[in-house]
Amino acid sequence: MTTLLEKSDRSRDVSQPLEKLNPDETLKANSNQLRGTIAEGLVAELTAAVPGDDIKLMKFHGIYQQDNRDIRDERRRQRLEPAFDFMVRVRLPGGVLTSAQWLKLDELGRAYGGETLRLTTRQTFQFHGVLKRNLRPLMQGMRDVGLDSRAACGDDSRGVMCSVHPQLSALHAQVYAMAKAASDHAIPKTGAYREIWYEEEPEPRNQATPEEPLYGRSYMPRKFKIGFVLPPFNDIDIYAQDLGFIAIAPRGKLEGFNVVIGGGMGRTDQAPETYPRLASLIGFVAVDKVTAVIDATMMVQRDFGDRADRMHARFKYTIDDKGLDAIKAGIEARQGFTFEEPREAIFTSNGDQYGWQRGEDELEHYTLFIENGRVINHEGRPLMDALRAIAKIHHGTFRVTPNQNLIIADVAPKARPAIEKLLDAHGLGSSNALSGLRLNSMACVSMPTCGLAMAESERYLPNLLTKMEAILSAQGLIDEPITIRMTGCPNGCSRPYIAEVALTGRAPGKYNLYFGGGFHGQRLNKMYLENVGEDVILDAFEKLAVHFARERQPDERFGDFAIRAGYVAEVKEGRHFND
Amino acid sequence: MSVFEFPATALTAEQWQQVNALAQSLRPGQALWLSGYFAGLDRGVRGVIADADYIPAPQGATAAGTPDAGGAVQGLTILYGSETGNSATLARILADRVRECGLQPVVSDMADYKTRKLKDEQTLIVITSTHGEGDAPQSAMAFFEFLASRKAPKLAGMKYAVLALGDSTYERYCEAGKQIDKRLAELGATQIEARVDCDVDYDEPAAAWIAAMVEKITPAASSGASVVGSARVSIETSAAPAAAVFDKRRPFSATVIDNFVLTGRGSSKETRHIELSLEESGLTFEPGDALGVIPHNDPALVEALLGALSLNADAPITLKDRATTLGAALATDFEITLATPRLIDHWAKLSGSAELERLKGEGEAEARTAFLRGHHVVDVVRRFPVCGLDAQNVIAGLRPLQPRLYSIASSQAVAADEVHLTISTVRYDLNGEPRSGVASGYFADRAEPDTTVPVYVQANPHFRMADDDTPIIMIGAGTGVAPYRAFLQERETRGASGKSWLFFGERNFRSDFLYQTEWQGFLKDGVLSRMNVAFSRDSASKTYVQHKLREQARDVYAWLEEGAHIYVCGDAANLAPDVHATLSALIQQESGRGRAAADEYLGTLQREHRYQLDVY
Ligand code: SRM
Ligand SMILES: Cc1cc2nc3c(=O)[nH]c(=O)nc-3n(C[C@H](O)[C@H](O)[C@H](O)COP(=O)(O)OP(=O)(O)OC[C@H]3O[C@@H](n4cnc5c(N)ncnc54)[C@H](O)[C@@H]3O)c2cc1C
Ligand SMILES: Cc1cc2nc3c(=O)[nH]c(=O)nc-3n(C[C@H](O)[C@H](O)[C@H](O)COP(=O)(O)O)c2cc1C
Ligand code: SF4
Repeated sequence: MTTLLEKSDRSRDVSQPLEKLNPDETLKANSNQLRGTIAEGLVAELTAAVPGDDIKLMKFHGIYQQDNRDIRDERRRQRLEPAFDFMVRVRLPGGVLTSAQWLKLDELGRAYGGETLRLTTRQTFQFHGVLKRNLRPLMQGMRDVGLDSRAACGDDSRGVMCSVHPQLSALHAQVYAMAKAASDHAIPKTGAYREIWYEEEPEPRNQATPEEPLYGRSYMPRKFKIGFVLPPFNDIDIYAQDLGFIAIAPRGKLEGFNVVIGGGMGRTDQAPETYPRLASLIGFVAVDKVTAVIDATMMVQRDFGDRADRMHARFKYTIDDKGLDAIKAGIEARQGFTFEEPREAIFTSNGDQYGWQRGEDELEHYTLFIENGRVINHEGRPLMDALRAIAKIHHGTFRVTPNQNLIIADVAPKARPAIEKLLDAHGLGSSNALSGLRLNSMACVSMPTCGLAMAESERYLPNLLTKMEAILSAQGLIDEPITIRMTGCPNGCSRPYIAEVALTGRAPGKYNLYFGGGFHGQRLNKMYLENVGEDVILDAFEKLAVHFARERQPDERFGDFAIRAGYVAEVKEGRHFND
Repeated sequence: MSVFEFPATALTAEQWQQVNALAQSLRPGQALWLSGYFAGLDRGVRGVIADADYIPAPQGATAAGTPDAGGAVQGLTILYGSETGNSATLARILADRVRECGLQPVVSDMADYKTRKLKDEQTLIVITSTHGEGDAPQSAMAFFEFLASRKAPKLAGMKYAVLALGDSTYERYCEAGKQIDKRLAELGATQIEARVDCDVDYDEPAAAWIAAMVEKITPAASSGASVVGSARVSIETSAAPAAAVFDKRRPFSATVIDNFVLTGRGSSKETRHIELSLEESGLTFEPGDALGVIPHNDPALVEALLGALSLNADAPITLKDRATTLGAALATDFEITLATPRLIDHWAKLSGSAELERLKGEGEAEARTAFLRGHHVVDVVRRFPVCGLDAQNVIAGLRPLQPRLYSIASSQAVAADEVHLTISTVRYDLNGEPRSGVASGYFADRAEPDTTVPVYVQANPHFRMADDDTPIIMIGAGTGVAPYRAFLQERETRGASGKSWLFFGERNFRSDFLYQTEWQGFLKDGVLSRMNVAFSRDSASKTYVQHKLREQARDVYAWLEEGAHIYVCGDAANLAPDVHATLSALIQQESGRGRAAADEYLGTLQREHRYQLDVY
């Protein structure tokens, strides 16, 4: 089949010889389907790290080599190599797990992960500080409860997201099942994972058939992110996904999905050719067509994505380069049917609904605010212990929300008091009694583990919020829901570019300040101040807050006001984010 | 004088003439002084203790001016066992003295002594120290074993005398000297001078013994008094080379240029890297040598002790060579942490305590050790208070502050004016108080950069790097890696072609991998060919270096067969014996031969100086 795409400029995609592409392409192609020399690297006894190229291959297995940046210099002076260890990201489609799985992750986190777990913005868990020698025990421990870390990172289909919508129980169950199926379907099939981490014998394979039907030897040009959302809550930020499915379920009956493509946050400072982009709506498909859409869309990106420049390799750039129509046509050609007209879908917010909610099936769901997703025993507030205690008596499930929070889900009404007692007993009774700003805040991990961090994020936002809250109370805005997101670098892991207020790190103590994002994730924000410190940030925030308190219209959102009042211009398309 | 009539090694005819000319003009005493002076010069030039008799065989050369066996007219042999050089120095002084009286002694290190010569000896003078826990010095082990064994010849008709060096803080005081004395008698030799056991302040007893010795074996010598006199002089003149170079008695005050902790956060230990400047000292050393550090006591501890004694810091006292104050003496001249049996005796007298009296008894060795472990000087004073003490009387119970030795961790080929040390801080609680080691505590708590520390070089001829093209296997745990850093720095600058293999052990990989990035660098550049590590506290099954050694049995044996030299450095109590046992086991395994054969194999390595230890 030849479409516009085949006729387009093919000089940078998979059709080209490896030497004309980014070195990572050669690495992938020659990795023997992600095996590389990982197994050998694990036993090298003179370093806590693994040899060069394997670091990149291990990402496809959900593992990142990192080092504790707080003590990098100190150790260099001490003639010690950096404190190398590993971050392991669990694959947990839709963020749903059982109590048994929770207890295992808790156990592994205490044994190998520095007695903490980290809930992520894509609804899963990360272990930090895992030593090389503990990787296999950790991976095998996860296996024992049916979990793995396949494709949690790497140039492949990443963790598939799904709304946690507490009330629509049946619909959630149905769509969550599709999200899980999508993840299982779209991840790499190589036996490398089992061989390396479970130390299993390679399975006999018919050498003729490729080990990776979808990915071949070169996998994707870059990470590829899929998500399913249940209106009216846009908790997963559907417009930040490479491929998004918006459930259309009038009167709770699922008819199909609006399909959006080409979302992404990542950008680079001083590189205007890089920009965040909100996904574009291309049509509607019936429920039974979802897998076909996923395959076709990933094939288009696989075949036409830029493999020469990784900074320009995400699907969003492929779309803007080739044109939305060409891409849509390419997808339709591959899936063998066309998209229907999109249906109407209305979103009201991209945050979580805290506290107890009752589902239509009479089961109850408790959404607990967990600041920046950090599950740890705080002084006087032993959060990790509390959740372990709850998991021991809880017969329902847990759901990690896309806002780094946690839902204790499917609680039978009679089981509710016991859980409430445990929350109180661990000082968590009033965890949700916080400002509207804090309840709608997110920060990425950043220092000390993230190798790309330029400024603090998770460790800093809480203090900054306290100062902002003082400003808001003075204006009677303390309960006003305002989305604020911080990252330690422009990569955008907490999806900052769709928040009403955002801060992305430039250097220690220095951030870009953005205003004007859409409250339910429908609009990008715009930079208001570049590379500024706390005082300037607080002054600017106060100026806007005071102004907002005085002149907002009924129900006007903070982000909308920032545009109407002229603080920043509205960004209609990602391409113009840097204008 | 006959002594000059044969050419010494390495002297040109022209030099020889000059020496001869000078020799003719000498008065008694001057020759001795010159011997020391030249020795010092030589050390200055070469950085090894110059007494050729102190250089083991492989380095070649018998003593300049010292005839080997053949020349030994009266069959007088001075045999020493020494680990840190004291006995060697005394042996040299004794030799000089008897030479001065016209005799031609053979001076030999037990390490190099051909035991088959023993049965022909007529007069054998032994000077030996004790190490380990009542053991002979490492390098003398083989000799002691031979002597103790059934192979030892009957020695009827042989005359002998023994000077024993030791340290009365150790329960088995001067044990090696006592043993050899007893054994020589058993073998039928006749003692010509009573054995003297010298404590760490051995100058006077040693000088007196030497003088007496000289008198015994050289009837010709002049009257006792003057001998003793010149004998004492002789000990001090052995320091005369200080005119040319710094040594133990004239330490160089080195400036601290760097001092930081090598062990990372969360370590169960504190091990430091110390860099000292030797600028302008003219001090030189070789890889394998140690640095002697003369520490000062912690001022706070001096205060505490004075308090317990209720005496003033400025109370005047006199030491053997000068007048000073109690405060100063406690700070710089005496051990005020570790107590000694001597203190027990002394304090028993002063305090009249029955408990202390009891501890003095012969059969009380164990009780004494236990008591001393639990009571350092200040604890004794507190527990058995004595009022109206007189300052002079206090110090009579103390032993002189001893220098501490540290294996040098740097090569002058890389940093000519620096010496690097790897020091693990000794800290512990005693009687509810935190205590720390005198020297290591000083480095940890008070040796700021720019402060100065008195130091001297302590040659270690029994721990010498093999030739550049010889493979070396280096085994060390903890601070035991220090000398290997020097070895590899040296091999790197020399572009040595020989293979090298390092076995290192400590507690935790994360925090205790001493000099990790440097080893990684050496490996990358091929200066180090292989490295294996064992971290005992990272896994339930405690792995130590010897386990790694065993894992690599085949290759280790292959290296040995290729002629590799093997080095062991660090803990004497466990590491050394465990490694030795493991070596023996792996040699049995790989050679398919028995225990005896394996031990013989190791014995040969030792005799050929291919298996060397630096343990403490
Ligand atoms: C844990 C998490 C942030 C959090 O606080 O929750 C995270 C953490 C990291 N992200 Fe992310 N990203 C996380 C969600 C995101 C999102 C949000 C989303 O997907 O909804 C984005 C923006 C959306 C997008 O992909 O555009 C995001 C965009 C990036 C990028 C930029 C990608 C780009 O196209 O430019 C990088 C850097 C890269 O890939 O080169 C990155 C890289 C990283 C790494 C792995 C840094 C690295 O590559 O060495 C961070 C690990 C830090 C650490 O120590 O844990 N992360 N990252 C999130 C884990 C999600 C998950 O469970 O899979
Ligand atoms: C040839 C040689 C080379 C050496 N090389 C090195 C080296 O490279 N690095 C290094 O760190 N060391 C080395 N040493 C050891 C070093 O010389 C010192 O012995 C060591 O540093 C301790 O000296 P200190 O003055 O700090 O402690 P000291 O003041 O000598 O105190 C040590 C004493 O404290 C007492 N003590 C310890 N713990 C307790 C306790 N729990 N209760 C009661 N009493 C206790 C013990 O009696 C112990 O002997 C070497 C030694 C030798 C002989
Ligand atoms: C590690 C070590 C262990 C020692 N063990 C003993 C001992 O058990 N008994 C003893 O009397 N002296 C012991 N000493 C003291 C030495 O014999 C004393 O320092 C002597 O002067 C060293 O002489 P040398 O330099 O000839 O070896 C020990 C010294 C060291 C460094
Ligand atoms: S946004 Fe940047 S700093 Fe934060 S986690 Fe992602 S990559 Fe790291």
